[in-house]
Amino acid sequence: MEAVPARARAYVACVAGGALICLAPLPDVRTPWWPVLLLAVLYAGCEQAAARWRFAGTFYPVLLAGAFLLPPPAAALVALPGALLSPVDQRPRRLRRVWRAAQLVVGVWVAARVHWALGGRDAVAAPDFPFALLPAGAAVLAFCLVLSLLDGGILALATGATPTPFGQWGSAPLRRAWRGLFPRTLAPVAVHGLAGLMMAVLWRSPYGPVAALLVLLPMCVSWWVFAQYHRERAAHQATIRALVQAVDIKDEYTRGHSERVGQASMMIARELGMDEGRVEVLRFAGILHDVGKLGVPTRLLRKDGPLTPQERRVIELHPEYGHEMVRGISFLGEARAAVLHHHERIDGSGYPYGLVGSQIPESARVVAVADAFDAMTSTRSYSRARPVPVAVEELRRCAGTHFDPRMVEAFVRALGRHGWHPAVTADEPLPPRPRTGVSSRPGVPR
Amino acid sequence: MSGRRRPALLVLIHLSAALLAALSLAVTLWTGLEERGVALAFGVLVAVGELARWTGARVREAAPLGAAGAMAYALLGADGGQPTHHGAFQVVAVVLAASLLGSVPHIARGQGPARDQMARRVLTVGFTAVCFQPLYNRGTFAEWGTAYALLLLALLTLTALCDAVLAAALAHSRTRWPFGPLLRDELRALLGIGSAVCATGAVMALAVAVVGLWAVPVFSLPLLLTQLSFKRYAAVRATNRQTIASLARATEIAGYTPAGHARRVASLSRAVGRDLGLSAPELTVLEYAALMHDIGQLSLVDPVPAGATAALPAPEQRRIALLGGAVVRQTGVDPSVAVVVERQADPWPEQPVAARIVRAVNAYEEKARDAGPGGPLTALEELRWATAGQYAPEVVEALARVLTRDCLTLAVVG
Repeated sequence: MEAVPARARAYVACVAGGALICLAPLPDVRTPWWPVLLLAVLYAGCEQAAARWRFAGTFYPVLLAGAFLLPPPAAALVALPGALLSPVDQRPRRLRRVWRAAQLVVGVWVAARVHWALGGRDAVAAPDFPFALLPAGAAVLAFCLVLSLLDGGILALATGATPTPFGQWGSAPLRRAWRGLFPRTLAPVAVHGLAGLMMAVLWRSPYGPVAALLVLLPMCVSWWVFAQYHRERAAHQATIRALVQAVDIKDEYTRGHSERVGQASMMIARELGMDEGRVEVLRFAGILHDVGKLGVPTRLLRKDGPLTPQERRVIELHPEYGHEMVRGISFLGEARAAVLHHHERIDGSGYPYGLVGSQIPESARVVAVADAFDAMTSTRSYSRARPVPVAVEELRRCAGTHFDPRMVEAFVRALGRHGWHPAVTADEPLPPRPRTGVSSRPGVPR
Repeated sequence: MSGRRRPALLVLIHLSAALLAALSLAVTLWTGLEERGVALAFGVLVAVGELARWTGARVREAAPLGAAGAMAYALLGADGGQPTHHGAFQVVAVVLAASLLGSVPHIARGQGPARDQMARRVLTVGFTAVCFQPLYNRGTFAEWGTAYALLLLALLTLTALCDAVLAAALAHSRTRWPFGPLLRDELRALLGIGSAVCATGAVMALAVAVVGLWAVPVFSLPLLLTQLSFKRYAAVRATNRQTIASLARATEIAGYTPAGHARRVASLSRAVGRDLGLSAPELTVLEYAALMHDIGQLSLVDPVPAGATAALPAPEQRRIALLGGAVVRQTGVDPSVAVVVERQADPWPEQPVAARIVRAVNAYEEKARDAGPGGPLTALEELRWATAGQYAPEVVEALARVLTRDCLTLAVVG
């Protein structure tokens, strides 16, 4: 567990103090206790359900409905029990709970205050549409603003020590902490706000709270689907990783090579100004470029010393094997061409087809540079690792004959800007692999 | 079941839907539209929902927004406090016209909604509207308050159940898969997007009653988002399936198994699993496990001759199965898939059903594929003889049924 900086603790204490001030006038206002109790129980239940089924994010419609229905201190009270009781995964648990509760109390209070000041209560009770949308919109905006301000503050003060409703993690300088938070928070909260408004309106209608509860059902389903989507996406990434690990099973020497080539391809793609979707596809192209080695006999892949011409021909089949494997995965797009052509050379001396210049797909030219660079800078069975400047010099020397000079230049520029810090994630959680019959060799130190 | 009854059921459903549609259109044309503004608003909603229908991925409710809008119109009592007067026939006519209008672009692209979906839409909306509108227009529900909300909910639940039965019946008569599991899958799907559609329909009807037509756009937005996330979810599921299929082909590329083996075993296993009444999630696990059942061979140095594991001694088979399970665990698919892969070589009384299916189908595929015209029969006979220890009898019988149905050919998969 990381220690929480004292300034972060002080910050949390300040926000908690602010929350108490928000709640202080409770005895003085005429509070309708039944709705408060019902909404608080509802919110706590939603939080518990979210924790049990591992949903992402916080469930705001109930809180916002409270803000649209109740006087500000009472609306703020709705958030308190749910936030204090919500299960927290990481330590320090108490601090996190207090932070979460204080943040939500302040946010809901501000939203309710804004809504009240703009005359939203009467608009909800009447109901006066479309006028009711105006105070509700203003309240949602205020709610979002408060949440992202508080979040940005804690992110900047305690880098990575405290969770935020949207799972922001990691160190972040102050400006960056605030820049992305607000727009990213606004869209989901705006939808939740609409649902909250509908809840409030139906609550006040002759149909009563039962009708209001119905509003939550579609929201819950939407939320559930979103969680499913993220789960499935994670599973998909694991599958891709498994494809790579299948190669690792056969060729232990190149462990981590795929991930590093993926990273280098991504650097080149970014430097060339490609959009994020293409950058991602090129990362996959780099990761999967050697997947065809699955089709090459294990003995050949692990052979020390020079290969006979015949053995070389067998190994040179791997781009075609790889393409055969990945051609059915439609989301890979041009990465499939990269898998097939990553051993082509600009002057036409490469394989499998001996394409020349611009006949070679752009993605393949990117991966070729990344592949060669990583092959030179990592230890192989037939050669020792070379330092980065030597490898760069070698790339430059071969630009125009082997490699596309544009890609080489982009890569050199990217290296100059970001340096080369290969972070290999693929092989950290490797469970013990059963190995059979093959003479195992000591792997490369990672 | 006889071969004639099933099409009869299909024809009956389609015919009644067509009759209802024609009757509604005729009555509405004769009497004219009540409350044109409301009818137009809901018509637009249904049409937009139909436009946003997703095509391609196989999902239970492809146009949730359209369905919810149709339900809401069928259950619409008041508009901003003023009672409405449209009858059940007008509801069906408006929904039908809007659905057809919204599917024009899809039809132009050759991906129009199937007649089954249209029939279901017309029948369910007609059911709800006939239950609700005449009583409402007579003033039965005035001053009901909270009970009114509960009534709408009850009606929608009833409609959803009817729709599930209808969908299962249609699927049953089209595919000849057992009705029970189909109905179970439909009912389970109700808990997902089905409940969202129902709740949105009820809430929209109530909200329009309170605040008027402003509620329609305000409330369509959350459901539209749900639809979008469902779409993304379906897309990522499809990609994951493709990736797993490619991973499964790794053994074929590496020369351990003949081309297409994994796919053939997967599709045949799915058919057998369906025959045995497995639910949709179980079928997915079964399919993934069947796709990856040979993946343990990647860890071998020398390929098993022709990848025919069924001919190996039992301990060797079990060892390869364990290796495969270890690989599958790394792929991030449901851990139960790994369990099935691991236990595919165990004696059948100890196996989970999916593992029994994979084992029997794999053995059948290996025995039948190169054996020429009489191969399938001989292979099946061999499986029956070996039943005592290796292959579960009920699985072999299901396999036989599936094969008879498909005229003893291996299922062809693209």
